[in-house]
Amino acid sequence: MMGEPLLELRDVTKIFKIGGGLGLLGGRIIRAVDSVSFTLPSDESSIVALVGESGSGKTTIAKIILGLLEATSGEVLYKGRSVSEWIKKDKIGYFKEVQPIFQDPYGIYNPIYRIDRVLGIIIKKFNLASSKSEARDLIIKAMKDLGLRPEDLLGRYPHQLSGGERQRFMLTRILLIKPRLIIADEPVSMIDVSLRAIFLNQLASLKDKLGASCLYITHDLNIASYIADRIIVLCHGRIVEDGPKAEIIKDPLHPYTKTLLDAIPTPNPRQRWKEIADLTKIESFRKLKAEEGCIFSARCPYAKEICKAKVPPFVEVKPGRKVACFLYA
Amino acid sequence: MKPLLEVNDLKVYYQSIWGNYKSVDGVSFKAYENEVFSIAGESGCGKSTLVDGILRLVKPPGYIPSGQVIFEGVDLLKLSEEELRKIRFKKLAYVPQGAMNSLNPVIRIEEQMIDAMLDHSDIDEEEAKNLSLSMLKEVGLPVEVARMYPHELSGGMKQRVIIATAIAFKPKLVIADEPTTALDVVVQKGILQLLRRLKEDYKMTVIVVSHDMAAHAQIADRIAIMYAGKIIEIGSIYDIFEDPLHPYTKGLISAIPSMSKKYVKGIPGLSPSPLNWPSGCRFHPRCSYAMDICSKIEPEMKEVKPGRWVACHLYGDK
Repeated sequence: MMGEPLLELRDVTKIFKIGGGLGLLGGRIIRAVDSVSFTLPSDESSIVALVGESGSGKTTIAKIILGLLEATSGEVLYKGRSVSEWIKKDKIGYFKEVQPIFQDPYGIYNPIYRIDRVLGIIIKKFNLASSKSEARDLIIKAMKDLGLRPEDLLGRYPHQLSGGERQRFMLTRILLIKPRLIIADEPVSMIDVSLRAIFLNQLASLKDKLGASCLYITHDLNIASYIADRIIVLCHGRIVEDGPKAEIIKDPLHPYTKTLLDAIPTPNPRQRWKEIADLTKIESFRKLKAEEGCIFSARCPYAKEICKAKVPPFVEVKPGRKVACFLYA
Repeated sequence: MKPLLEVNDLKVYYQSIWGNYKSVDGVSFKAYENEVFSIAGESGCGKSTLVDGILRLVKPPGYIPSGQVIFEGVDLLKLSEEELRKIRFKKLAYVPQGAMNSLNPVIRIEEQMIDAMLDHSDIDEEEAKNLSLSMLKEVGLPVEVARMYPHELSGGMKQRVIIATAIAFKPKLVIADEPTTALDVVVQKGILQLLRRLKEDYKMTVIVVSHDMAAHAQIADRIAIMYAGKIIEIGSIYDIFEDPLHPYTKGLISAIPSMSKKYVKGIPGLSPSPLNWPSGCRFHPRCSYAMDICSKIEPEMKEVKPGRWVACHLYGDK
């Protein structure tokens, strides 16, 4: 990796306090994100999947990168500059570079305005066009680039669009703004399978069209393995493994990654699960998370003494492959 | 083989000021003894409404204009509420969508299980208590769970409590609607395998309704594909995944992303609205094989090979 990274997270931690009203009830502390560090390189565009189960902190990380939440400690740098400061000083400038796509394709639209307005506002805010007709031409070109039919969509209200159309219409926004980095948080979880593929292919095509990188946040390893170049695996707020997609799928190192890969249902009836999951071992989230040492040690089949006492260092074990596990440290 | 459940031309409509929503519009299929039968389809295709229709849980403004639901030789749609109550739960169990949220938050698990059991049978409280404990063990939950409240359990554990209760009387048929939505993959695997085990170990028939094709691939024996209020194809799970016939099924199968696929392709166009289904074949506006006849005449389900049904004009009169 050469030069300054595009995005860099350094020891990012986010702590939420739950309960404990008036300081009488004690409350509980949740480390949603725990010392997370990773970088996206700037010299090549790639799609990096951040994979984790519910409660793994993946959405919290997205929100911190987008300045919607502040990290309790640690730093997020975009092109070497602190994101929170950048947003404070020049919000438009930052979001010209970094654009989100959220999970809920319904929440973005104001139901009483036509969908065109979403793009109209963006063109104005980001100063993308000098006249109305220029703005319209830009929108139509962007939509056609995505295979959307402007004559079918423009002038309609949000409720007249399907989830898939709404989400693809959001890609038009990306195409207009031409960001360098897209933060996509479970963008297809509310889209039907038949339209999901279209969305995923178009998102992937932005890598070539715009030279944009994408941090793709998902719980679905089938999708991650389809779309991503690199996979980062999160477990209870910590990164346990990071490496090229093909290698992680073929040869997962961390026992948690193995567990996840073993559990994904393969959409092929000839490749059914080999082992039966031990139902007595699948318990509640709180009990699953080890309080000390390696976060996965409570349910790791390879756990040793040291795993319960110390946090394993996150180290590079092969070129490009990092893992936090004492099996490799 | 004789069918355990036979659904004939079932329709479930919802009245509205704009007209009737024809959510389920003439569905027929048979589920046999001791099989896992899957019903797959995308959102809005009517799969959950179909389950409501089969179990007679349709509430106004919904109604069932016509159809038969024959379970063990009896048409459920013709029974009185009282007669139906005797069959439900004991012989015909239901695990509804989001079932884990149906537990009462202020009552202990055990009491909720016992309540349900006493309500549907003549066993006494002691027996119900023992039964609930043994059922918890059956689904891999520790007996301590009995004394816990729902908030102390994870989503997957709650889902297992629901399944444990549903199968307490060893029903012949269990219908599970989206049993794994909102659960993590590791838990999903456990729940799906548990459903499969109901067939293997207890010889039950399990109907699994889900949009998740990968889940079906893992546990189903046969599968029906729904589109726009109709079943458009039925076959063994291998047939449907390896040799889909209906153009919609073909599209659906090739749209599923997986680790072994380099490229997936979607189906262009939109799912139609139940208020106004397209004429002829309901898939014709999105179908790349569409012919003249497809917009005019609705194709009937035909058995093109033994056990292999498809509703498409491509598979003609032979």
